Amino acid sequence: MKVFLMHPEQDFDPQAQLPEHADDLIRDLELETLLAAMAGGDDYLLTVARAGVLHPLADPAVIRYRQEILADCLRHPDALRALYHLAAEAVAAEKKIWRTFWKSPDIILHRALEVMGVFLGYIRRLRTLTDTYAEMFSAPGLQRFMRMVGEELSDEYLQRVENHLAELSFRRGVLLSARLGRGNKGEDYTLHRYTERSLLQRIASGERRAAGYTFRIPDRDEAGHRALSELRGRGLNVVADALARSADHVLSFFAALRAELGFYLGCVQLAERLASLGCRWSFPDVHQPSARRFHARHLYDVCLALTIGGPVVGNDVDADGKLLVLVTGPNQGGKSTFLRSVGLAQLLMQAGMFVPADALDASVAGGIFTHFKREEDPALRGGKLEEELARMSAIADRVHTGSVVLCNESFSATNEREGSEIAQQVIDAFMDCGVRVFFVTHLYDLARRYSERQDRRVLFLRAERLPDGRRTFRMIVGAPEPTSHAADSYRRIFGL
Amino acid sequence: MTVLKERAAKPSVLFVDPTALAAVDEQPEFFKDLHLDEILDVILAGYEEYGLRPLFYQPLGDVDAVRYRHEVFRDLQDAGIREAVDAFTAALRDMRNAFAMSEKLSYPQQKQRWFLDAALIYCNAVASLARRFSRMPLGSRGLQALADYLQGYVASPAFTRLARDARSVSDALAGVRYAVHIKGSQVRVQRYAGEPEYSAEVTETFARFQQRTGADYRVTFSESAYMDHVEARIADLVAALYPAEFTALVTFTEVHADFLDPVVAAFDRDIHFYLAYLRHVERLTRGGLPFCYPELSTTSKETVVRGGYDLALAMTRDGEPGAIVGNDFSLDGGERVIVVTGPNSGGKTTFARMFGQVHYLASLGLPVPARAARLFLPDRVFTHFEREEQLATLRGKLDDELVRLRDILAHATARSVIVMNESFSSTALRDARYLGAEILRRVLGLDAIGVYVTFVDELASIDGRIVSMVGIVDPRDPARRTYRFERRPADGRAYALAVAAKYGLTYEQLRRRVAS
Repeated sequence: MKVFLMHPEQDFDPQAQLPEHADDLIRDLELETLLAAMAGGDDYLLTVARAGVLHPLADPAVIRYRQEILADCLRHPDALRALYHLAAEAVAAEKKIWRTFWKSPDIILHRALEVMGVFLGYIRRLRTLTDTYAEMFSAPGLQRFMRMVGEELSDEYLQRVENHLAELSFRRGVLLSARLGRGNKGEDYTLHRYTERSLLQRIASGERRAAGYTFRIPDRDEAGHRALSELRGRGLNVVADALARSADHVLSFFAALRAELGFYLGCVQLAERLASLGCRWSFPDVHQPSARRFHARHLYDVCLALTIGGPVVGNDVDADGKLLVLVTGPNQGGKSTFLRSVGLAQLLMQAGMFVPADALDASVAGGIFTHFKREEDPALRGGKLEEELARMSAIADRVHTGSVVLCNESFSATNEREGSEIAQQVIDAFMDCGVRVFFVTHLYDLARRYSERQDRRVLFLRAERLPDGRRTFRMIVGAPEPTSHAADSYRRIFGL
Repeated sequence: MTVLKERAAKPSVLFVDPTALAAVDEQPEFFKDLHLDEILDVILAGYEEYGLRPLFYQPLGDVDAVRYRHEVFRDLQDAGIREAVDAFTAALRDMRNAFAMSEKLSYPQQKQRWFLDAALIYCNAVASLARRFSRMPLGSRGLQALADYLQGYVASPAFTRLARDARSVSDALAGVRYAVHIKGSQVRVQRYAGEPEYSAEVTETFARFQQRTGADYRVTFSESAYMDHVEARIADLVAALYPAEFTALVTFTEVHADFLDPVVAAFDRDIHFYLAYLRHVERLTRGGLPFCYPELSTTSKETVVRGGYDLALAMTRDGEPGAIVGNDFSLDGGERVIVVTGPNSGGKTTFARMFGQVHYLASLGLPVPARAARLFLPDRVFTHFEREEQLATLRGKLDDELVRLRDILAHATARSVIVMNESFSSTALRDARYLGAEILRRVLGLDAIGVYVTFVDELASIDGRIVSMVGIVDPRDPARRTYRFERRPADGRAYALAVAAKYGLTYEQLRRRVAS
């Protein structure tokens, strides 16, 4: 039984190790704000949201698969919540059932019987819910899930399971067969169904009871009882294992259901939050990496909106076909915010979620990387530039064609000429490898090199500054200016 | 298994004439000095049960006896023969284990069945070895004699009957299947009557709940050979349910109580003399170290060894590439003694050990650690190595050394090998020179062959029958030892200069360093 709501043919593991650069993404894109909004204060949902957002999908078909399920969930949040809580309850109920470190087939079988008994109740409740919701959902993933539950867990099958659970308590004793092994010790212990029939029945069928001898272990013979229990265990070993595995499997089914629905619940909670703030969102159109699309209308930084608690300035960007988007312009003009909005939209899209924009057309990225300028770290030994280079080198280890790299003031730790030279080497190499780069910079020398080059693969954006010095926080298409308007800041701060 | 008495007329894989040798139980004195005790510890590890150690205390005085062993070694280096022998010895080990179990256990059902197993294993092993040997081109007299013996033995009425009985009793027991019904403290044992199997049905029903490959809940039961009293009770009842099968088992143990053939048993022990040694030969040759079958003589003392090395060192530096350096030496014409000089820690002692080991191992009929060797087969090996002062003797160290040397020279013959290492190193140079020359003259007087390691360079040139060998250093880095020895006149000065250069203290260096 597979849940398969996060992926048409894979399980979703919320505990899976995050990609190596996930910490950088979380830090640079201020992802905790977004994840907290999804989790709504629930630690488990936070884990699930983190795993869902930070394991981006690369296949547009799978992204659409999730988008459709999410759309269903957004339409029927109550049904989603009912299913999620049932799964969570089942997982919690199993935890309450006794457990021991002492392992014998008898003990393993006992616990497994109890767990399966409890699960059987939840399975029946799940059946009731899925029977109710079957017609409501239209996403293929959800439909398949409902169908699977109905077929795999049919009434007839559940009855059969229940019968076995009753029989496995062995009220009439355990029957084993064996052969003579090494040193005439019994081996190949096999469990048999015990069908003791009455004397009359046996006479009627002409069957004779097998010749045999009976003895009894005295009550005070503890060693004898231990030995007998081990013998029983040899016979029960296989069924105890089968049942305990089944209990595990059902548990992991409910756990998977809880995790996968938990992700959608997080998305729904985020949507509800944004709606309450008056922020808009939409499902993006997803394209293959080779299309190199990035075209957005009113793209905004969702974390900023969540932080200030209301709508924020959005940008229209048309970077279709571009390999480099070079963003220049004055301080505090919204460049970093813009860069974050690009990264967040790309991540959310590849998690199968809606994006904070009125519209987005984008190619999936094989990998999403951020390289943001870092504050001086006092513990840093190698110096700031080395630290930057090391991080970039780590990215270079993992980046490949179709990846997206977001750079924020990279290589500004050294002088402009050196920094520009390094940056150009890196950017040119990335572009020629088919890696898309969004590069925010104050390095005028670097910007000038590209603007002189007339490269059609490059888009220049500039943070808008009105003639009176005010910022609109919008990115407009435009060649870099030889100043970052530090004078503005200077004047502002000194009140000139 | 007391078989030694009967061995006389029976074939032996170790000796052409086993009656000619007296068993030696005490480790010879020189073993420690040559590190042969360590070598033996390693070689015999895991073979303790065969009691092979005394065999290594009995050198062969006769070239043909040595050749007899070389033949067996060569046969065992053939993959097919080796495999047949390995299978046989492994089976006999199983047999002994089964037999020991039978002795050890107390419930009769168990004792008898382990005994039967021992017999079965034995029959299969013997029959299989006889069959395989009959089809193989055996080059050694030792294995051929055994093969001939086995042919007769497996065809004998005693063996045929043993094999037939063991098989039929075992087949009958294999057919026994019984059922146990446990309810509370009540146990019923009965013949199995075809009741339907249940585990598979349960497993199949629950198979649907397969999420990922999960934990395995099967409990591993201790597969102890012992029965508890409940099992024993059940076994008794099974025997009562199947009387024919169990009566046959009892009869078997009575009729065949003494089935082991003494020649087979002796072979099983003796062949490990070869297998234990070969295991190390093969391990070291895989690592690139050579072994060879030395060519031996009891008349000519013309000696040639190429690439000889210290086996004890090689065994401890297992697989370390380049850790072991091989050396060549020879004794031509009337040459008898090699005087070894050279830098400290340059491998002089190792060279001396190698000389002794090669000779002694050759006299045991073993392949020796060298690329090629032509050797004189010695009657005895003597060693004189520097010892800790022995307070108990109440003599000074020098006296002690001299006493030991006197004893050696009293027992050594023209056929002996004498290895002396740093004798008199604690005396004044003048005394060491004097005593060393005296001793060397006595050794030469005996016409024995040997090695004399010393720091006294002059001793290398006192007699034409002495060969001078010198430890050489790396010319580019004189502090690095090469552990190589060359045949050339001793010259201690070279080392003093080399060591000085290392510290930049030669005349020229000091002139440049002490700037004007």
